[in-house]
Amino acid sequence: MDLFNLIAVLVKLAVMFGIALGLAALLTWFERKQSAVIQDRVGPNRANLGRFTFKGLLHIVADTVKLFIKEDFIPRDADRFLHTLAPMFALFAVVSTLAVIPFVSPVAILGREVSGVIAEVNLGILVVFALSSIGIYGAIIGGWASNNKYSLLGGMRAAAQMISYEVTMGAAVIGLIMVYGTLRLDQMAAAQGDIMWGFLPKWGIVTQPLAFVLFFTAAIAESKRTPFDLPEGESEIIGYFVEYSGMKFGMFYLGEFIAIVITSALVTSLFLGGYHIPYLMDDGFRFPLGVDILVHPWAVAALRFASFLGKLVFMCLLQLQLRWTLPRMRYDQVMRLGWKVLLPLSLANIFITGLWLGIK
Amino acid sequence: MIKVRERDEYTFGESAYVPEILKGLGVTLKHLSINLLKPRRDRLTATIRYPEEKREYPQRFRGRHRLTRRSDGSPKCVACCMCATACPAKCIRIAAEEHEDRTIEKRPSSFQIDLFRCIYCGLCVDACPEDAIRMDTGAHPVPMYEREQGVWKMQELLSLEGREQMTE
Repeated sequence: MDLFNLIAVLVKLAVMFGIALGLAALLTWFERKQSAVIQDRVGPNRANLGRFTFKGLLHIVADTVKLFIKEDFIPRDADRFLHTLAPMFALFAVVSTLAVIPFVSPVAILGREVSGVIAEVNLGILVVFALSSIGIYGAIIGGWASNNKYSLLGGMRAAAQMISYEVTMGAAVIGLIMVYGTLRLDQMAAAQGDIMWGFLPKWGIVTQPLAFVLFFTAAIAESKRTPFDLPEGESEIIGYFVEYSGMKFGMFYLGEFIAIVITSALVTSLFLGGYHIPYLMDDGFRFPLGVDILVHPWAVAALRFASFLGKLVFMCLLQLQLRWTLPRMRYDQVMRLGWKVLLPLSLANIFITGLWLGIK
Repeated sequence: MIKVRERDEYTFGESAYVPEILKGLGVTLKHLSINLLKPRRDRLTATIRYPEEKREYPQRFRGRHRLTRRSDGSPKCVACCMCATACPAKCIRIAAEEHEDRTIEKRPSSFQIDLFRCIYCGLCVDACPEDAIRMDTGAHPVPMYEREQGVWKMQELLSLEGREQMTE
């Protein structure tokens, strides 16, 4: 790898990490504030710099400082090694998924083409599934190593739930793989810039509407949030991180919020056209009635990056809104929904997609 | 007679999840938009942000006790201990001493009310023959950092002013 590529990858890493971590940190504040406003409360507004509270935004800083200086407690009979390892697994799995998510179309810099994704892996979407499977270990090891029956219960629930919903998630994506004929997320995103029948953008949500609902549901279940927050079940078993404190808990917590960002990024690049804006081609807008507006390639790249960010934030907010709308499901309901409803539907979706492609 | 109500079956629309989820999102979005966009008085939030904002007490709220004064500023109290006797919570402690004026006979050398024991019943006010103790300040007991601060001494009780008289 030469210097140019190295710098390009480092810059892309910085961009992606900045987006994911910054957004995750903002979301912790946003979730508290949004839930408060929805429930007719005021929400965090006390942390301040002198007279300025910035609508409670400083609580992010206060929380971080608190997590760092808190005692790092490990129960006497816990497995110290695994207890420390588990939050690393949880955070590593979600953060490394960032590598395969395309955030902008390929850009030409100094006469060389730079792709808008950190790692151009041929397996693409499979990497996502592999890494999210590793994420399960974070929950189950944490639950097991704490030597606490509630955390073990939480860990077991997490494992069972994530394994069942990953099947649906994978099956839902197969429809997309059939339509776009590639496993690579960047190619999938690029293919969504096409126009069908002269006017319809070929976004995943247009070609695979059912898969969108299935994938989004399964992805929320994967990130263990309401209505699928049984592994946590804060009012009953607290979950696999009962025995965690300080920054180790912070890593689980941060991992959960980064998982929201990742879920949004995946849904965006699989179903919402990735970085694409309808009718914006590589050299400018080309509207169906023959109206063309040419735009500089750099402006196109900037617009596309902005559109990716916009869709990302929108999906994040939608997930938070869903979390404060829906009640938690019972465990058997979650399993019934996963195996008896979502999985057959996703298989039917593959079948119908196959028929449709065959007829065409 | 027991009336058994059969459980309603879910309609197809309800068991299909998605329409109902959208309906729920509508409810939360409504609250979100009302509380974010409308001016403050139209919001649904009922919170009073305590240290900065305080609830208006009703006109007839009596509040904490105070000791009244004679025209020369000395306490009206004659240390007869009728309030302390009437007090069901035994929160009043009076120590008496001789008054220079023979017609008054006694005055309190110390007068303490333990706010931790007081139940704000007002029986001391009823019992007082000299109108020396009143509950008309309209003031709420303030929070404190030390337990001793919860016992009010004579000087503090004398320093409070009564609220304006209510029209009868």
